[in-house]
Amino acid sequence: MHKTPLLDQLESGPYPSFVKDLKRMAAKKTQINDLLGQLERSYKDKITHWKHGGIVGVLGYGSGIIGRYSDLPDEFPGLEHFHTMRINQPSGWFYTTAALREVCDIWDQYGSGVLNMHGATGDLVLLGTTTDMLEPCFQALAHKGWDIGGSGSAMRSPSCCVGPARCEWSCYDTLEACYNITQEYQFELHRPSFPYKFKFKFSGCPNDCVAATARADCSVVGVWKDDIRIDQAAVKAYAGGELKPRGGGAPYKKLDTQADVVALCPTGCMSFDGKTLKIDNKNCNHCMHCINLMPQALRPGTEVGATILLGSHAPILEGAQMSWVIVPFMEMVKPFDGLKELAGNIMEWWAENGKNRERVGELILRLGMRGFLEAIGLPPVPQSVKTPRANPFFFWHQADFDAEAAGRKYIKA
Amino acid sequence: MAETERITDIGPPHYGKFLPPVIKENYGKWKYHEILEPGVLRHVAEKGAELFSVRIASPRILTTLQARDLCDIADKYCGGYLRATSRHNFEFLVSDKSKLEPLKAELAKRGIPKGGTGHCITNIVHTQGWIHCHTPAIDASGVVKAVMDDLFEYFGSHQLPAQVRISLACCLNMCGAVHCSDIAILGIHRTAPHIFHDKLRHMCEIPTTIASCPTGAIRPHPDKSIKSVVVNEERCMYCGNCFTMCAAMPLFNPEKGGVALLVGGKVSNAKSPPMFSRLGVPYLPNNPPRWPETVVAIRKIVTKYAEGANKYERVGEWIVRIGWEKFFEICDIPFTFQHIDDYKWAYDTYRTSMHFKF
Repeated sequence: MHKTPLLDQLESGPYPSFVKDLKRMAAKKTQINDLLGQLERSYKDKITHWKHGGIVGVLGYGSGIIGRYSDLPDEFPGLEHFHTMRINQPSGWFYTTAALREVCDIWDQYGSGVLNMHGATGDLVLLGTTTDMLEPCFQALAHKGWDIGGSGSAMRSPSCCVGPARCEWSCYDTLEACYNITQEYQFELHRPSFPYKFKFKFSGCPNDCVAATARADCSVVGVWKDDIRIDQAAVKAYAGGELKPRGGGAPYKKLDTQADVVALCPTGCMSFDGKTLKIDNKNCNHCMHCINLMPQALRPGTEVGATILLGSHAPILEGAQMSWVIVPFMEMVKPFDGLKELAGNIMEWWAENGKNRERVGELILRLGMRGFLEAIGLPPVPQSVKTPRANPFFFWHQADFDAEAAGRKYIKA
Repeated sequence: MAETERITDIGPPHYGKFLPPVIKENYGKWKYHEILEPGVLRHVAEKGAELFSVRIASPRILTTLQARDLCDIADKYCGGYLRATSRHNFEFLVSDKSKLEPLKAELAKRGIPKGGTGHCITNIVHTQGWIHCHTPAIDASGVVKAVMDDLFEYFGSHQLPAQVRISLACCLNMCGAVHCSDIAILGIHRTAPHIFHDKLRHMCEIPTTIASCPTGAIRPHPDKSIKSVVVNEERCMYCGNCFTMCAAMPLFNPEKGGVALLVGGKVSNAKSPPMFSRLGVPYLPNNPPRWPETVVAIRKIVTKYAEGANKYERVGEWIVRIGWEKFFEICDIPFTFQHIDDYKWAYDTYRTSMHFKF
């Protein structure tokens, strides 16, 4: 066993120790002994000892395998090749122990026995195997019903929140939408053919538990159009202290309905007379704050669907972006034809106009929102902007003059 | 496998195969939830059915041995059902209430912490770091372990004004997409790549190396006989994309690389809209194995936030209310040139009002 005096210092402390866990495996697999040895070296040298791999993969796919090679293969021969396999996770990350054990059996046989649950995009990540094991490992997994996820300039494995499986706030079936869209794009997921990566994330409500707005090119966030459902008896129970705020998840024993809910409502659309909570639902911006604090009294309405936001990505290259609203409300019912048609149009426009390594959000900023909206057939709507422009540099197209000639007005008489 | 049929493009297994019966029966029919204690959720369905979820800490990287241990626990108390969360914790899904206390006892016996609910600091979403990445400035799992050990009191409690989401990305490519976190730990390189001309000529394709640079800082070496490239160091922002294409251009500097902290981001729409994290601390040394400077800096921010924030106020909402100048003062963080944006859309961050404090 390699000596690891620096890593050993990460065995103590109350949070679970990955070093302790890896050491158990190092006793069974020499690769993991080498992994700890090389990691110890990185701790000493303060640099990584991984080279970027060449192109490795399984037959017919261009995606889902990340090549990885040690720059110290003589000292750590178990890491000479140590490739990553991304396995497309099930919606909501639900598992049975039988299924998880099958994955473990296969990974013990064909790989290092080390995994991530889960990767940043959502995949079940298998860390470390040799080039010759990739194809047999893939096929062993495929025969148990698993497939490889996305990487490179491809559709990435979509992911979703726990949704209606265990959340009362989900405004559409995030798990089914995620599964259905993943199946729809199998070709694009496994055979990189886009300008750059494309991510879908599905959140059931504006709490956005999978960070769709921050982390997905296409962010599908559940929302309701009608009234928040109120149970006034439960409102009284919160006011009386029988029910605890935020389901008991806050340090505060009792809810102060006026100060904590009404006064913090961002639109000021609520009032409370000590007995009854009133909501001016027409002016609610569905931020979720009141619902988060009073889960037994308030729930989203029943006219439900999703807002489609587009364009987020991490800082490379133009600086980080968050997705912005392009369709304020879309019904989200299986087989999700509306979303598929919209996404298809977006991808076609992006594939035609995008430069290499240009995310769709960056392309829209480069070519302009009008060109984008017209290309995919969406109307201008005020929900898509925080404010209208402040500059006077707006353009007029022949289409605008034509519309005027046909009777378009800029203010309703 | 050769004799069996080759299978491709089947996609992930349908989630329906992995849902416990109580979820199948009450799918989309949940009425409300409670957090009974830190780490223990109770969901109640319209017809009264109950599901208890016990959330536990996970370092995200785990071996099949640990995965099998978790399976053993789920078999014993949950009929073989468990799930992972968006913050990379695990949840044991308990349908039989009588199994809840014995499960909690077993977790305590095994030393597996439960928590990560409500107004807590839950698991740090993070990247690979030195354990498996070719461009990191810092490790990931080790920093996470050190920070979570220090903040452990907040994992299994609900004592903060609101939830605090910490994330880590080990370089600015941010495969962890940490840019909307209450506290983002970011590994940063601070020096341009070093070019080994002798190696580059043999190892790298010059056009793809030049094309890899997002800021166009790489051009062919003016001396054509050298068959290499040069880097305009003033344009380099240390992303490591060129090193990805060309191993003869490492940008690692063990002494100058380190940690930056960005603060005040959020994803949820509750009260205020989603916000980006903003630069709080531009540089802390890369100091394995336990990164004490990073640990101390984060604790200070968390402590000052906990003291100063109003009820239900996120870190970013607290800072916006008191003003960034007060945040730097309260947290004893010197303000530097690095804090002032000079990239795209920098103007949006400059103050054009008299609304500031001395």
